Amino acid sequence: MSDKIINLPLDAETAKSLKAGEYVYLNGEMYVARDAAHKRLMELIEEKKELPINIKGETIYYMGPSPEREGRPIGSAGPTTAGRMDKYTPTLLDMGLRGMVGKGKRSPEVLEAIKRNGAVYFAAVGGAGALLSKRITESEIICYEDLGAEAIRRIKVENFPVIVVADHNGGYMY
Amino acid sequence: MREIDVALITEAIKDMCIEVNYDLSDDMKNAMKKASENEESENGKKILGQLMENLEIAKSDMIPICQDTGMAVVFLDIGQDVHLTGGDLTEAVNEGVRRGYTEGYLRKSVVSDPIERVNTKDNTPAVLHINIIPGDKVNIRVAPKGFGSENMSRVFMRKPAEGLDGIRDSIITAVKDAGPNACPPMVVGVGVGGTFEKAALMAKEALTREVGICSDVAWAADLEKEMLLEINGSGIGPGGLGGKITALAVNINTYPTHIAGLPVAVNICCHVNRHIKKTI
Ligand code: SF4
Repeated sequence: MSDKIINLPLDAETAKSLKAGEYVYLNGEMYVARDAAHKRLMELIEEKKELPINIKGETIYYMGPSPEREGRPIGSAGPTTAGRMDKYTPTLLDMGLRGMVGKGKRSPEVLEAIKRNGAVYFAAVGGAGALLSKRITESEIICYEDLGAEAIRRIKVENFPVIVVADHNGGYMY
Repeated sequence: MREIDVALITEAIKDMCIEVNYDLSDDMKNAMKKASENEESENGKKILGQLMENLEIAKSDMIPICQDTGMAVVFLDIGQDVHLTGGDLTEAVNEGVRRGYTEGYLRKSVVSDPIERVNTKDNTPAVLHINIIPGDKVNIRVAPKGFGSENMSRVFMRKPAEGLDGIRDSIITAVKDAGPNACPPMVVGVGVGGTFEKAALMAKEALTREVGICSDVAWAADLEKEMLLEINGSGIGPGGLGGKITALAVNINTYPTHIAGLPVAVNICCHVNRHIKKTI
């Protein structure tokens, strides 16, 4: 099976064409957010307030980097456990989120919401933070800077290696 | 009485926090190398290849091996003929962690309260375990622990009648539940015996034992080998994507226990099993 090269943000058709087990290289921009940022986003949603980012059609990478050295856009940057975001994810998917990058298992509710919304969940290799850091060419903090490593970022990636773990047709690797 | 200034301990811990987050100990590197030679599945080979490359990049480009540079677990074995001078020992340890995580560009992952969750911004406090031993030396072990795998760890209070089968079931249950979440290939630390907290502490300490060295208790050494084979037959594989290599080692530590109990603690660690020692 040859590896696919795809662009971010994901278009609807590409997202639906991906199958669990496929190796994919991501190119383009995505958001970075983990536990604390998700909690804040959900609080805004519950209060029916506007979000600081537009998640429609976007991909979120569950990650909290180590500090960057001078001359580098970001420090070590591997995935964190996606399951901790499960509580928030179905709502975000129903609001238009299309892709997620993390590691580990997802809940049945998330897998259902992936099917319902034509979305996709990728895993990056857990514990390969140095290698993945080198595939990130730009990084900018968008909001929640007070959260330190948990701030929301926008990053640009080049040939960022992931594997499709959960697809729109119900395919699931674990 | 030998006098040791706690500033020496601060300095050592600072250096150890940095070194261990950029360069794994030789036992771990050898175990990873062996794993990538022995893996047969396509997915597994690919993942292990990425992990080997990751270790090289971490060292050459000075990027931490994993972005979760851990909560700093520190074991101090202090000789009873040592007189520590120059300040508060706990503060000296925390100062070492503070400097290591700041100067070493390591992630600050500690919150001051489990519910309020405000980041302490310098990765302190450490989790400090102190032992008093004979002699006039201080042994320091630093083992930063990532929480992807820590979260999958368990303590089981078994019945004595369950014996070896109770231990087997505890290990396999924890490993299977951990699956891809714990960034396999894992290292499995097991503590058997003692009390509830003693078992957990032994499991943590077992992770600092060099991979490849077996227990000096005969049944535990046999069980380590048996469990490693069984775990690697589970098919979880590197990254949880299927394959032969799910664990690199199972290390079991034991202690006497109560007539009514068989505590078993299983501390799961990922392939970034960081441990480093130094003697002052
Ligand atoms: S479990 Fe280990 S390898 Fe995985 S993200 Fe945490 S520290 Fe890194």
